Amino acid sequence: MTAVLDKHADKHAGEPATGTAQKPVKAGLIDPKQFGKSLPDALRKLDPRTLWRNPVMFIVEVGAVFTTVLSIADPSLFAWLITGWLWLTVIFANLAEAVAEGRGKAQAAALRSAKQDAVAILADGTEIAATQLKQGDVVVVEAGQIIPGDGDVIEGIASVDESAITGESAPVIRESGGDRSAVTGGTKVLSDRIVVRITQKPGESFVDRMIALVEGANRQKTPNEIALNILLAALTVIFLLAVVTLQPLAIFSKAYQAAAPDTSAIDGNGVTGIVLVSLLVCLIPTTIGALLSAIGIAGMDRLVQRNVLAMSGRAVEAAGDVSTLLLDKTGTITLGNRQASELVPLNGVDPQDLADAAQLASLADETPEGRSVVVLAKNEYGIREREPGLIGGATFVPFTAQTRMSGVDIGDRKIRKGAAAAVIKWTGSSSAEVDAIVGRISDQGGTPLVVAENDRILGVIHLKDVVKAGMKARFDEMRRMGIRTVMITGDNPRTAAAIAAEAGVDDFLAEATPEDKLALIKKEQQGGRLVAMTGDGTNDAPALAQADVGVAMNTGTSAAKEAGNMVDLDSDPTKLIEIVEIGKQLLITRGALTTFSIANDIAKYFAIIPAMFAAVYPGLDTLNIMRLHSPGSAILSAVVFNAIVIVFLIPLALRGVRYRPSSASALLRRNLLVYGLGGVIAPFLGIKLIDLFIQLIPGI
Amino acid sequence: MAGWIFVLSLVAAIVAVYRPFGDYMYRVVTGTRHNAVERTVYKAVGVDPQAGQTWGVYARSVLAFSAVSLLFLYLFLRVQDKLWLSLGLPAVTDHIAWNTAVSFVTNTNWQAYSGESTMGHFVQMAGLTVQNFVSASVGIAVAVALMRGFAAKKKTLLGNFWVDLTRITLRILLPICVLATLIFMVAGVVQNLSGGTDVTTLTGAAQHVTGGPVASQEAIKELGTNGGGFYNANSAHPFENPTTWTNWLQIFLILLIPFSLPRVFGRMVGQNRQGYAIAAVMAILAIGSIALTVAFENHGGGTVPQAVGSAMEGKETRYGVTGSAVFAAATTLTSTGAVNSFHDSYTALGGMMPMVNMMLGEVAPGGTGSGLYGMLILAVITVFVAGLMVGRTPEYLGKKIGAREMKLASLYFLVTPILVLAGTAVAFATGNNTTALNLGPHGLSEVLYAFTSAANNNGSAFAGITVNTGWWDTALGLAMLLGRFLPLILVLALAGSLAKQQPVPESEGTLPTHQPLFVGMVAGVTVVLVALTFLPALALGPLAEGLS
Repeated sequence: MTAVLDKHADKHAGEPATGTAQKPVKAGLIDPKQFGKSLPDALRKLDPRTLWRNPVMFIVEVGAVFTTVLSIADPSLFAWLITGWLWLTVIFANLAEAVAEGRGKAQAAALRSAKQDAVAILADGTEIAATQLKQGDVVVVEAGQIIPGDGDVIEGIASVDESAITGESAPVIRESGGDRSAVTGGTKVLSDRIVVRITQKPGESFVDRMIALVEGANRQKTPNEIALNILLAALTVIFLLAVVTLQPLAIFSKAYQAAAPDTSAIDGNGVTGIVLVSLLVCLIPTTIGALLSAIGIAGMDRLVQRNVLAMSGRAVEAAGDVSTLLLDKTGTITLGNRQASELVPLNGVDPQDLADAAQLASLADETPEGRSVVVLAKNEYGIREREPGLIGGATFVPFTAQTRMSGVDIGDRKIRKGAAAAVIKWTGSSSAEVDAIVGRISDQGGTPLVVAENDRILGVIHLKDVVKAGMKARFDEMRRMGIRTVMITGDNPRTAAAIAAEAGVDDFLAEATPEDKLALIKKEQQGGRLVAMTGDGTNDAPALAQADVGVAMNTGTSAAKEAGNMVDLDSDPTKLIEIVEIGKQLLITRGALTTFSIANDIAKYFAIIPAMFAAVYPGLDTLNIMRLHSPGSAILSAVVFNAIVIVFLIPLALRGVRYRPSSASALLRRNLLVYGLGGVIAPFLGIKLIDLFIQLIPGI
Repeated sequence: MAGWIFVLSLVAAIVAVYRPFGDYMYRVVTGTRHNAVERTVYKAVGVDPQAGQTWGVYARSVLAFSAVSLLFLYLFLRVQDKLWLSLGLPAVTDHIAWNTAVSFVTNTNWQAYSGESTMGHFVQMAGLTVQNFVSASVGIAVAVALMRGFAAKKKTLLGNFWVDLTRITLRILLPICVLATLIFMVAGVVQNLSGGTDVTTLTGAAQHVTGGPVASQEAIKELGTNGGGFYNANSAHPFENPTTWTNWLQIFLILLIPFSLPRVFGRMVGQNRQGYAIAAVMAILAIGSIALTVAFENHGGGTVPQAVGSAMEGKETRYGVTGSAVFAAATTLTSTGAVNSFHDSYTALGGMMPMVNMMLGEVAPGGTGSGLYGMLILAVITVFVAGLMVGRTPEYLGKKIGAREMKLASLYFLVTPILVLAGTAVAFATGNNTTALNLGPHGLSEVLYAFTSAANNNGSAFAGITVNTGWWDTALGLAMLLGRFLPLILVLALAGSLAKQQPVPESEGTLPTHQPLFVGMVAGVTVVLVALTFLPALALGPLAEGLS
């Protein structure tokens, strides 16, 4: 059986720190080595058959080919320098995409490596390679073995190490039936034996799909990316036209001023081909054209770094548009468990007696609620925790769904705690006072547990849902972003209202059934809103499928994972908020760089127009406000700036622009200032600076 | 001082009528009742006024109506010598008839002829003036259809073109024109069917002074942003525009409908502030442009203006520099194209401004209807970029700007620059620029101006260029035709695409499209896009001339 031990797992065991999954690639920081590694890929992407997918850069490449031919026919230093930088412009653009892909692939490879060599043992004992598995195959996995593919546990229970995909080292329990039956390929069974029915189709596991999303060549363009590409193509057409139609006008003007000297930019045949191409390349939106694909890939990467696998780029974009978040109360808004927060004695009962009884009744109760009662009695009333086994003659009564209470019998003392109605019935007595306390606690969103000894009710334990720290601030942030938060809970409306008020959500859905959830989503969508939710159970599947962004928890069932369009490997429902932010950041980065790219053109005109025409009409030298050295240096500086700015912006494209949740107006003001105004000013400085160097080259 | 009062009183008047007149137009285009005259029209045409049209049907109706108008007007011009009140003038030659028919049907009113020596009274009244009315109505109708697209929730119908056309003509244009005609007649604008009078001038020469139904044509010429003058001298002719205050009234009429349509838009989408925002963008661009034109003209530039003290060449002393410059700006900011001075004689930079105004795409405030839809297209493009910067799929008034909307808006934006730049380049490449009076940068401006004016359906002339040759008439006719109907179809397609959408409700995360920041951004995007498109051509024309 050891034959199926995964070699990689062994290798990783010796050097745990190198496991890429444990150490995700840091956002923003780019290892300069990565540029070197991606260079061959960047050169490969010069192939026009792949480049034509990017119309802007395709035009640049065609221009570069054209100037290369011109440079060979009529060589000059100026011509070759321009040609060289035009080729560099295309290569830089390819490099941006290659680096983004490289990072994505590194992460994907880490996931893939874990399952590559895995061997599957079918139920009948035959061994086949994991890659051969078909949907519906049943495999047996024992302790120490790697689970060969995504599937559901149909027999047995096991602890599974999912660190290969989640980075979380604590093992998790996977068992047949219920909501913890799904297992992921590449994870390792630590104990026991399980039988798994494979649910993935060959080559369509989560990991496979994710790899496809970060590899540029196979990547589907998202709807917004298509729309932006249309705008960029339109701008390219306009500038192509502006440049082509300039030629007859230039010939006419030069003929009129026949005495004007020929320059490297213009002669009797009009503007030279080299300069026309330079003007075109500087004007068309190369900056955003070069980085657009990298931005999309990097957006997916950022999700992966947060251990979220998106099934499509479309889903990530939709996340930015979400206007309603459905959040499950338990685990998302509140800590998973209720905590005892207060002991309320009846009139005439010594608080110490109540605390003592409550603790005794909870000693054998290993649920978090029970533990919290013991801890409360210890901390607030100084009653030391006793070991259940050390109390003589004690018989512990466990909680059952029928009795709805638990407790202990010590000699004559029969102590019980539990649901109010059950305990009151058990004692056979009731009082208005108890009803009043129970009612008050329920109103506050708590759960009352009545404590009684024999036939006498001592008091009530106030179990409280504890809202996670910082949630209120989070929801305020959401509200500023224009996102409505709705809490989903199985609690009664009174309890739900109290917790909703404490957590600061906008609305709640109490006593929610899966059907209610689905109805709520449909209602919101009819109003034109986009809805995001998380879910894990099979009964969540319809709602997950209906939601615009459905994040399934990795611990959830296969049905839930199939229905959603993202899977959170950490199974952390709070992450929905981060996913929304990543979606927004992706769109903002696109918008910001588009604005920057267009704003850049203004300065380029001030460099190139006087350079082309000042020889013909000396008055146009007034426009040379940067006082660039010569026509040649001005044009070359603009082209060099245009290329270099791509490299400078690669880190920004990969990291995404800074995003802090705020209102749309505030975001627009800030981004317009930074990328709009910045985009106008930066090239004036950049081109002038480059010109200061270029003028040192003799003959330019 | 007089110049300031002239400009400020105009601004005040436009501001004063924005709400009441906008509200009136809103009631006209949204009303459900049809009066007796309208019902008769619908019956005669065979239209069910209750039936809505999809964008495709609406567009086909517009095109069919315009095609019939075009054919009818062409034939009308070709047989004018056989018609009543032809004043003995011959039939209009084929290429001028084509050019003129296209020109009036497209609301351009480019005139490759001189009115008094080419057109008889009947053709002027029943041919040209009728087109002045209906071409203006077509523009408004299409703008209203686009507004309905923004306002609709999951609908496919955009209203009924025939109803819109009839109502806009009968309830908006006609009453105002009747009133304006009377006022013009009081001011001394001629209105008769006289064949003209022969007079002996002070210098003893004999001159034939033509009369005609001038006042009635004058009113719709300005109100419908048409611009086709009865006389060749257009609004510089004392029979068309006798005094300073008729000059004021003409400019007011030019601006009235284009500046009030944003109010209709605001009412239609249920948020008046959206209308104010669009009007504000138009106003910023218009005021900026007027200020620059006036400044360039008043401060001369060029040897002669400096020697004389002001740039009075080509301007009427009745209006002075400011009255002329404001008229020039108003007529080119709207798609009117009437002139009361000769733009060719402006200072280089002053003459560039009317050209830039047209290059903006006739949006500030633009022609009747076409100005508003042009501006909304620019707003859509701005929303797309701005919307991304706030982290959402861009949406305008709750309607998502996706791939299809962007495709239509981008194509719209491409049409006129292609026509202008390609037309100009072809004129130079084929040597047809030689009919221009000048060489060098000024000659280049004359050609560029002609294509800019035609493709943007303005119709004003820089003059200084002979355009009644076969090539020019055909080329400019095509520029006018494509420059009118391609964008119009794209706008209706966009309206259809928007109407189908369920609007996204507004929230804190929605890009606010009524605040100063957005208004400034639309104005900025408009100027930057235009500058980037046309700067190289302008550099070799007016800029080369003005900066030397």
